[in-house]
Amino acid sequence: MKKQRKLGREVAVIGAGMSRFGMFPEKNSKDLFVEAYNGALSSVDKGMDPDDIDALYVGNFSNDFFVHQAHWGPLLSDIIGLVPKPATRTEGACASSALSFREGVFAIASGFYDIVLVGGVEDMSKRTTEEVTEGLALATTPYEMKVGFTFPGVFGAIATAYFAKYGATREHLMNVTIKSHNNAPLNPKGQFRQTISEIMEARKARAKQREQPVPDWQDERDFLRDERANPTVAWPMKLYDCCPISDGASCMILAADEIARNFTDNPLHVAGIGQGSGRGLHAAEDITYFEATRYAAQEAYQMSGLAPDDIQFSEVHDCFSIAEIIHMEDLGFFKQGEGYKAVEAGLTKLDGSKPINTSGGLKCKGHPVGATGIGQLFEVWEQLRGEAGDRQIPIKDLRVGAAHNLGGTGGTCTFTILERR
Amino acid sequence: MEERPFTDTSYEQFLNEEKIMGCRCKKCQALYLPPRPICIKCGGDEMEWVEMKGRGKLAAFTCIGIGPSFMMEEGFDRKNPYCSGVVELEENVRIDARIEGFDNSKPEAIKVGTPMTV
Repeated sequence: MKKQRKLGREVAVIGAGMSRFGMFPEKNSKDLFVEAYNGALSSVDKGMDPDDIDALYVGNFSNDFFVHQAHWGPLLSDIIGLVPKPATRTEGACASSALSFREGVFAIASGFYDIVLVGGVEDMSKRTTEEVTEGLALATTPYEMKVGFTFPGVFGAIATAYFAKYGATREHLMNVTIKSHNNAPLNPKGQFRQTISEIMEARKARAKQREQPVPDWQDERDFLRDERANPTVAWPMKLYDCCPISDGASCMILAADEIARNFTDNPLHVAGIGQGSGRGLHAAEDITYFEATRYAAQEAYQMSGLAPDDIQFSEVHDCFSIAEIIHMEDLGFFKQGEGYKAVEAGLTKLDGSKPINTSGGLKCKGHPVGATGIGQLFEVWEQLRGEAGDRQIPIKDLRVGAAHNLGGTGGTCTFTILERR
Repeated sequence: MEERPFTDTSYEQFLNEEKIMGCRCKKCQALYLPPRPICIKCGGDEMEWVEMKGRGKLAAFTCIGIGPSFMMEEGFDRKNPYCSGVVELEENVRIDARIEGFDNSKPEAIKVGTPMTV
């Protein structure tokens, strides 16, 4: 990276909203987006006139495939009454709305606009699991796709390379799953809201009620080892290593820093933004890390003047359990090859020294791919403003949080640092 | 001497002729598989074709039970998974490949590092 990057003028987040994530047969992308938009608008502490919004940037990966409708910028702009103001769709696979956030930041930093709405949406559940798997695989590289790789397959392969290099096993991946599920009941907007223990008890009760043999799992790991309870999707990725299919939307309202306090006494400053690109498995520098994440992190750290230790908590793109481990290493939170040990030691729990995915992560909160980037930033917003309720991180003076978003097989990665000053 | 352009189309034509063809930058000798028209190390745009010997070792793999429709149509499913992987060739480049010869229902027995013929 040649020089330290900085914005032409500072940008702040003044409002944020997120729809409930889940599978909603009765809701389409417009309904979900309105839910997120209303949340964002009502979160502006001193209120705002929607007429003050200059433009919309919205991330969407592939509603074209999922619901056979493209060109989402104006459709969403219209439903919230922004037409004829400009609406632009961004696409970076599962990082699509981290890109819309970035474009919104640039639009304000350039001086062209003062207030911008950014968001993301995806409507995936109207297709079968097989169809969604195939649709998501459109974001792998053509070489991977031709030999049958799916997303769980790519991350499964990455896991085998990581295991071989660092000595981790499937048992270590379970720690990530158990940790995420422990945060899940605390997030009212999440798709899955049960701990692994609660899921086990519910299954036992159901078996008893139906007079079927009651499983005798000894503990959470025993449950996760059971092929019937936790079937293999793409070895070594099992069902509970994989994020679900989800519908959802997310929104944020950005404003020039100099006017942010007209809207709230508690704005969040965009301290660092980074984005990198990467290559497929065959051409990556190494299969056990993501070049794009490292580049994005370096860009964001340089811009903010902050170091990995300054990031008090982070959402990272845990589309699969192995991914969470690798991202934490790429972001510099833990040394390469030691991320799995940090999870095992409990450092990434809600009350650990580096809480990771307090929202429950993509695994539990859900992963409507185009909505995820800003959905992650919504968690950072709630935590930094002390509005995370039961899952509020028990660190005094919570000031700096971040979100890492990954698209494709590491083709697009972003890292965004927000700060309460 | 091969005169084909350094494209995906040529790469696939060669595969259909049962040849794994990469390319080497004439300026800095960097080797690429699949071929590239521009060297990403030195920016050179003069390439020459190089045939891979087809020997290597397994760098990463997965056994997939829910795959794209073209794989399911071949008869694969949850009970009969297929194996996809990445093979590190002797020439120090990697290739994505369908992996055959293992019992895909016992993936825990498949080892990264196993010698492969492509």
